[in-house]
Amino acid sequence: MQDFSIFDIVGPNMIGPSSSHTAGACKLGYVAYKLARGDVKEVVFRLHGSFAKTYKGHGTDKALLGGILGFEADDERIRNSFQLAKEKGLIFRFEEADLGEEHPNTVRIDIVKGNDVKLTVLGSSVGGGNIKITEIDGVELEFTGEYPTLIISHNDTPGVTGKVTSILGQYDVNIAFMQVYRDSKGKKAFMIIETDSSIDTDLLTHIRETDQIVNAFLVTIK
Amino acid sequence: MPFNNGQELIESCKENNQKIHEVMLAKEVEVSGLTEEEIKDKLRVSLDIMKKAIERGLTEDMKSVGGLIGGDAKKIKERNEREKSVCGSLMSKAISRSMAVLEVNAAMGKIVAAPTAGSSGILPATLITVGEEFDLDDEVLLQGLITASAVGLIISKNATVAGAEGGCQAETGSAAAMAAAAVVEMMGGNPEMALHAASACLKNVLGLVCDPIAGLVEAPCEKRNAIGAANALISAEMALAGVKSIIPFDEVVQAMYRVGRSLPFELRESAIGGLAGTPTGQRIKREILGE
Repeated sequence: MQDFSIFDIVGPNMIGPSSSHTAGACKLGYVAYKLARGDVKEVVFRLHGSFAKTYKGHGTDKALLGGILGFEADDERIRNSFQLAKEKGLIFRFEEADLGEEHPNTVRIDIVKGNDVKLTVLGSSVGGGNIKITEIDGVELEFTGEYPTLIISHNDTPGVTGKVTSILGQYDVNIAFMQVYRDSKGKKAFMIIETDSSIDTDLLTHIRETDQIVNAFLVTIK
Repeated sequence: MPFNNGQELIESCKENNQKIHEVMLAKEVEVSGLTEEEIKDKLRVSLDIMKKAIERGLTEDMKSVGGLIGGDAKKIKERNEREKSVCGSLMSKAISRSMAVLEVNAAMGKIVAAPTAGSSGILPATLITVGEEFDLDDEVLLQGLITASAVGLIISKNATVAGAEGGCQAETGSAAAMAAAAVVEMMGGNPEMALHAASACLKNVLGLVCDPIAGLVEAPCEKRNAIGAANALISAEMALAGVKSIIPFDEVVQAMYRVGRSLPFELRESAIGGLAGTPTGQRIKREILGE
């Protein structure tokens, strides 16, 4: 049986009206913001299922956009995210889409960064404000953001995972869960590492500068 | 120390000669690795959000995102200040505050889900109103939040608090059960009395359907939060007077779960049946969602 904390029951602290359609949506946008390292020039949200049907009444659109602006689920600026995005010159749009056999509350976030590099994130709001990211740039994977999560894109070559885990050891960071995903052998690959303790900038820089590592991101959701 | 149901919780309380909030806090320390003070600091933040949401809902002109609710909490507050309330001042305050939080939630304001966003008015309204009436300090309110979380935990583990799964009885019923247990302990009642109160709350709304108009957390959710606050206070009053639940709490939780699961899909947050399915409910749905 799942064990619950006080704060799972009396919580989360959030902007209403719905934990799944508002708080969860904001978290999905926030993860995409983190993966883009805050650099978002254009964004298209493709809403699927219940998200597509009810997003206006639940403020799902405002919450997703708030997340892309870097707001967390309890940030009162979410309500004004359309205005704030326009002031920043962010180009954004919402579309209803059929994304196939996905959870009813799923969104595909297509981002164009400042340097015109594209980023695509697919994720679902699975209830109670909890989320699941299921795809980044076409690579199927899975993480929830409940733990401090390192997302590392790297070349699929021998010894890369070993280097990363030993760096984590040097910084005294314990790995709770670790998964490795790839497109095809020898090409683009991802490591998802969920840790017990927080991860500082030095550690992240160290990983980014390691041979065969393309990029590294840290996602932590309150 | 860990407990999975009401019986285990009561046994743990007896063994350690503790109240529910003490047992729950000790468990939280063990599971989270945080100290008691750190946990209470986090809860102080939650309590502060609750107080501010009540204040906003009772003073500002709220309008929900879907446009169905706003301003009703204030009307009740003003009537209570203007003339003698039918249900007494304490009850009037509790229901207006419960509605205030729901209005803030529906207007994309900040709230604490307790246990859900759709039932977020009941716990703050009852605890803060009782606290104010009996001059209890914040420390007692924090204890109340912890007691409430223990009851919510048992319901989450053995049944559900999601309207989509168990109907409104699982959402506002659970919130009321949590609040009632908390009020009983805050007023000096023992752990058994707290669970008698929680049982009464669930029994009072057994079978209550989740039928939000247009699927939005607005109507009838706001009024169900008002009745949830009243349910909590009535049930706490009964328990404090020594009125017992004939059916034990764990069996009531089981009954609530079975009833919830046997509700048809149309009556579990699908915006198809109940009030959502009325001609007016359907018309509003078309207007808001453009279908």
